[in-house]
Amino acid sequence: MKEIFVLAEHRRGELRDVTFEMLTKGRELSQKTNMDLTAVLLGYNVKEFAKKLADQTKRVLIVDDARLENFNAEAYQKVLSNLISERKPPLTLIGHTAFGVDLAPSLATELNAPLATDCIDVDFEEEKLVVVRQVYGGKVNVKASLRKSDSYIVTLRPATFEAQQVEPLGGEITEVPSPLKEDIPYKKFIEYFEAPAGEVDITAADILVSVGRGIKEADNMPIVEKLAKALGGVVSCSRPIVDKGWLPSDRQVGTSGKTVKPKLYIAIGISGAFQHVSGMKNSDIIIAINKDPKAPIFRAADYGVVEDLFKVVPTLTDKILEGKA
Amino acid sequence: MDKEENRMDIIVCVKHVPETAEAEITVSPGGKSINTEDLVFDINEWDDYALEEAVLLKEKLGGAVTAITVGPQDADSTLRKCLARGADKAIRLTDKAFEGSDAFATAKILHKAIKDLPFDIILTGTQAGDDGYAQVSVVLAELLGIPHVTMVKKVEPKEGFMRVNRELEGGLQEVLEVKLPALLAVQTGINEPRYVSIMGIRKAREKELKVLGLADLGLKEEEVGGCGSWITVEKMFIPPVEKEAEILTGGLDEVSAKIVEIIKSKGLV
Ligand SMILES: Cc1cc2nc3c(=O)[nH]c(=O)nc-3n(C[C@H](O)[C@H](O)[C@H](O)COP(=O)(O)OP(=O)(O)OC[C@H]3O[C@@H](n4cnc5c(N)ncnc54)[C@H](O)[C@@H]3O)c2cc1C
Ligand SMILES: Nc1ncnc2c1ncn2[C@@H]1O[C@H](COP(=O)(O)O)[C@@H](O)[C@H]1O
Repeated sequence: MKEIFVLAEHRRGELRDVTFEMLTKGRELSQKTNMDLTAVLLGYNVKEFAKKLADQTKRVLIVDDARLENFNAEAYQKVLSNLISERKPPLTLIGHTAFGVDLAPSLATELNAPLATDCIDVDFEEEKLVVVRQVYGGKVNVKASLRKSDSYIVTLRPATFEAQQVEPLGGEITEVPSPLKEDIPYKKFIEYFEAPAGEVDITAADILVSVGRGIKEADNMPIVEKLAKALGGVVSCSRPIVDKGWLPSDRQVGTSGKTVKPKLYIAIGISGAFQHVSGMKNSDIIIAINKDPKAPIFRAADYGVVEDLFKVVPTLTDKILEGKA
Repeated sequence: MDKEENRMDIIVCVKHVPETAEAEITVSPGGKSINTEDLVFDINEWDDYALEEAVLLKEKLGGAVTAITVGPQDADSTLRKCLARGADKAIRLTDKAFEGSDAFATAKILHKAIKDLPFDIILTGTQAGDDGYAQVSVVLAELLGIPHVTMVKKVEPKEGFMRVNRELEGGLQEVLEVKLPALLAVQTGINEPRYVSIMGIRKAREKELKVLGLADLGLKEEEVGGCGSWITVEKMFIPPVEKEAEILTGGLDEVSAKIVEIIKSKGLV
């Protein structure tokens, strides 16, 4: 029986959400194509994860090796290329995450297996693999097909497929001997590094006034600070604001920043790239202010204002202060 | 460290891309690309940081920076910008046959151009803002047979290796050591890209900008463009709207009043 591989992603003792999202998509595809769903688990002392994965799959292939304890693309690639060459799965799903982007392209190149990255959908259509991706910051979608092959690799965008619970399937757990004979001499994991926590915790705020590149200059920042103050909220931001040093990194919302769930999130001059949206889409109410009616942020928001932020924000601040007086 | 002894040959890969965050985007009649006539093109945001990191390393250790792109003649403006900002040489890879290349084919073209050049480090961006593959860098490293690190947020040169911080999710980073030569794909915010000075622009005019094509690189037509690609675009379309915000209309006062109403109705003010 042919297989669909899902590469389990875990870090510091936890399976990451994207793993379960991929299992859901993988299960749908495996049912449609009549293939087995196989989870591939690389790591060290990860037997606990294997049980969880077995609940959702036909089988779990586990390679347990101290050299796989922390992610190292070179070591992971060696193990995976062996597994894929041996078992020839028509499709391998990997998360489009810091882990996946470091691994999938070199793996695909070594195997000469066509790769599509950052996909929001994937399907087999008459032997051909077809994917949907987003380009131009989410403003345009592309439907693309991959060159015909026995084996494809696809990285899936996180937080795109909803992880679904299934009746425990009790898949078989098979341990595969590690092909690694020595440490990777040219690339070493040293340690994790976490920036020390700042004074403000945006994840605890009820109201976030979030600012993006539309603010244009550091000198314009006070207009959003005033709005936040009037509302009794806190200022957060998209990534470019932190990159430019206008706000500290603990104010950043998104995949590489914080995930927030306030009662009110006001996105000001933020386009709505998926890396931002996945950090705020579960807020109770989202209001977006953007002068571009086609900005993807309006697909995440409950209410939208299509206007110049330099006009709306001060007027809104005044209205709120008036109401309080 | 002694400057000349540690001198580095650095290659930085840059892409000339349209700015689309604030522009109106339309799909062209064939349905396989967007109309770019009215768009402004510039260096890819991530590559801007890669270029700056290359120039910073050169200033610290000595050496030379070569900027390289696969693109049309228009991409010269991006290469000139690199030269003005401190790159020493520029190479543009252009050929009719390169058109329609996906990330894999683009990496193959870059590979042929780079493999015989001297280099200690190749710097690239995490992703290109247009296609967003996040793929060219790592394929290129694999073709060259050198190690790579993506999402690089900090670079510290040591003897024969680099200590780098790599960005993970949720503000976490991992620290790695990678032996040279290596490819590092940098993430935004790693540095503060400098502005181009008048002096820089003047000096850039005298710097070399080389153009190479299919035959110069020893490539065959079927290895590049659509034929040499993994991916074929079937169609481009504006994403369907599954859920859309309720757009608040009216004058500034009216819109503001409506927002206040919404906030009040949720008991937030
Ligand atoms: C690996 C990785 C991780 C990332 N992590 C994050 C993350 O955690 N968080 C994050 O935010 N991003 C992240 N990004 C970056 C993300 O892809 C986008 O580049 C970023 O979110 C864009 O920020 P922005 O919306 O502020 O800027 P832009 O995309 O430039 O958008 C600016 C918006 O402002 C609007 N605008 C301009 N002027 C005005 C005006 N006068 N009035 C009203 N509107 C105006 C424009 O129409 C536009 O929509 C990450 C990227 C990568 C590759
Ligand atoms: N046409 C190109 N010319 C030169 N470098 C490129 C080109 N396309 C991509 N790159 C490099 O590869 C990185 C990742 O791009 P991508 O894989 O297309 O998202 C970019 O940041 C560039 O450094």
